[in-house]
Amino acid sequence: MKKEEIRNLLIEIFKEIAPDEDFSGLDDAVSIKDQINFDSMDFLDIIMSLRRECAIKIPEEDYPNFVTVESSVQYIESRLNT
Amino acid sequence: MINTKRVVITGTGIISPIGNTLSEFRKNLLNGKSGIKERKIPFLGSIPAGACDYDPLKYQNRKELRRGTRAGSIAIYCAREALLDAGLDICRTDTSRLGVYIGITEHGMVETTDTFRKIAENDYDLQFLSHHLNSRIVSNNPAGEVSLNLKIKGPHYCVGGACAAGNLGVIQGYQMILLGDVDIAVAGGVSESIHSFIIFSAFKNQMALGSHKDPEKVSRPFDKNRNGIVISEGGTLFVLETLENAQKRGAEKIYGEIIGCAVCSDASDPVVPSAKGQAACMQLALERAGLKSADIDIINTHATSTPVGDIQEINAIKKVFPDLKTTFINNTKGCTGHTMGAAGAMELAGNLPSFSDGMVHPAINIDTLDPECAMENLIANKKAPKKHIRYILNNSFGMLGINASVVVKKIDSGEDAP
Repeated sequence: MKKEEIRNLLIEIFKEIAPDEDFSGLDDAVSIKDQINFDSMDFLDIIMSLRRECAIKIPEEDYPNFVTVESSVQYIESRLNT
Repeated sequence: MINTKRVVITGTGIISPIGNTLSEFRKNLLNGKSGIKERKIPFLGSIPAGACDYDPLKYQNRKELRRGTRAGSIAIYCAREALLDAGLDICRTDTSRLGVYIGITEHGMVETTDTFRKIAENDYDLQFLSHHLNSRIVSNNPAGEVSLNLKIKGPHYCVGGACAAGNLGVIQGYQMILLGDVDIAVAGGVSESIHSFIIFSAFKNQMALGSHKDPEKVSRPFDKNRNGIVISEGGTLFVLETLENAQKRGAEKIYGEIIGCAVCSDASDPVVPSAKGQAACMQLALERAGLKSADIDIINTHATSTPVGDIQEINAIKKVFPDLKTTFINNTKGCTGHTMGAAGAMELAGNLPSFSDGMVHPAINIDTLDPECAMENLIANKKAPKKHIRYILNNSFGMLGINASVVVKKIDSGEDAP
């Protein structure tokens, strides 16, 4: 998957989890939590969706990689390529 | 200790297979309209059931809906509508003095069934088990979702009581006000049962699921050919408060005053109800209300359209009401099906307008009256007028032999009304 495809997938997952939020102005370099009203349960939803969509298991110690969209995409890309 | 508090019903919120406002629900009950349709149930095929059509997004956003349960959504809708109907602004209410008490027949079956199916689809990989499951299946879920949605800080919990649960929720709210634990109670019952194939299957295997070529005729309490229940979903929550409180804040509506209630157990059989236990319950409710049986104007029967259960209730009524000249008997489930945990509260709501419109809604689908269920003043198939309706007795009975009866009195205009 290309970086852009991963980003699109991530945004689709966000939309599924928070259907009433607007993600159009999301800044990829800024903390997701600072822009979107996500809580810990939403974060677990993201992890579960990625597991389902990309068939990757994300261990708890890797969760800090999901701070920004940029860092999330980078992490997913690295996992998909290993 | 003599309790001088008078507890009244000042708001009603309802979701049912035949209407989502009390006026629509009442109109359809008076017209004998059935809300039962065929529904596709996984692994079982087409089964008659009572589904509700309401807008869950009216009071919840999509994220809340995705996280919560159907029962929670029904409860939120009913609670919001009841508070609105009562004219209570939640922002101006001390919610630490407001309690939420919701009767449930069961809770968690729907979520557990769905979860198990999803896990099965993923080769039983438990990492796909939703982290939302625990908050969805805890037994306080529907009441807790109401608390979260409305930011209510007083007590919230559910009362489990099989099919007597709707009345139990009302009774719990009534008692908590009498105890002084809360000033206002949002109380009643909810059910999401039609969303689990297991519940249909369990009733089917118990030989208690009704059938008929016409889905609108399946639920037919007291008919000679009745053959079981119809499972429905829905909810009804009331706003309860003291008459003093209602008058003080200028409440515009008072549907009635709860003047007596009783809960007791058959202690005889897990499934088969006992006329003796049911009679004891009605008798105790009458005594606590300070009434004689002849004072009751309407008995809303619990009868669910099972061959055994309906006869037991009629026998119980015959025991407590030997002279039925002035008491009318009806039933709601022919129209709604059995809304399980919601039934007691919903059926009470459907009868409360009798105080103002002077009509008694009918028990429908009685094509051939079962001689064993024949009673004087059974309002069969067509609504009936009745003068001076002042007292309603509402029955709700459930498995494991739990019985609950509530007596409600009309608030006379000019005498007690605000």
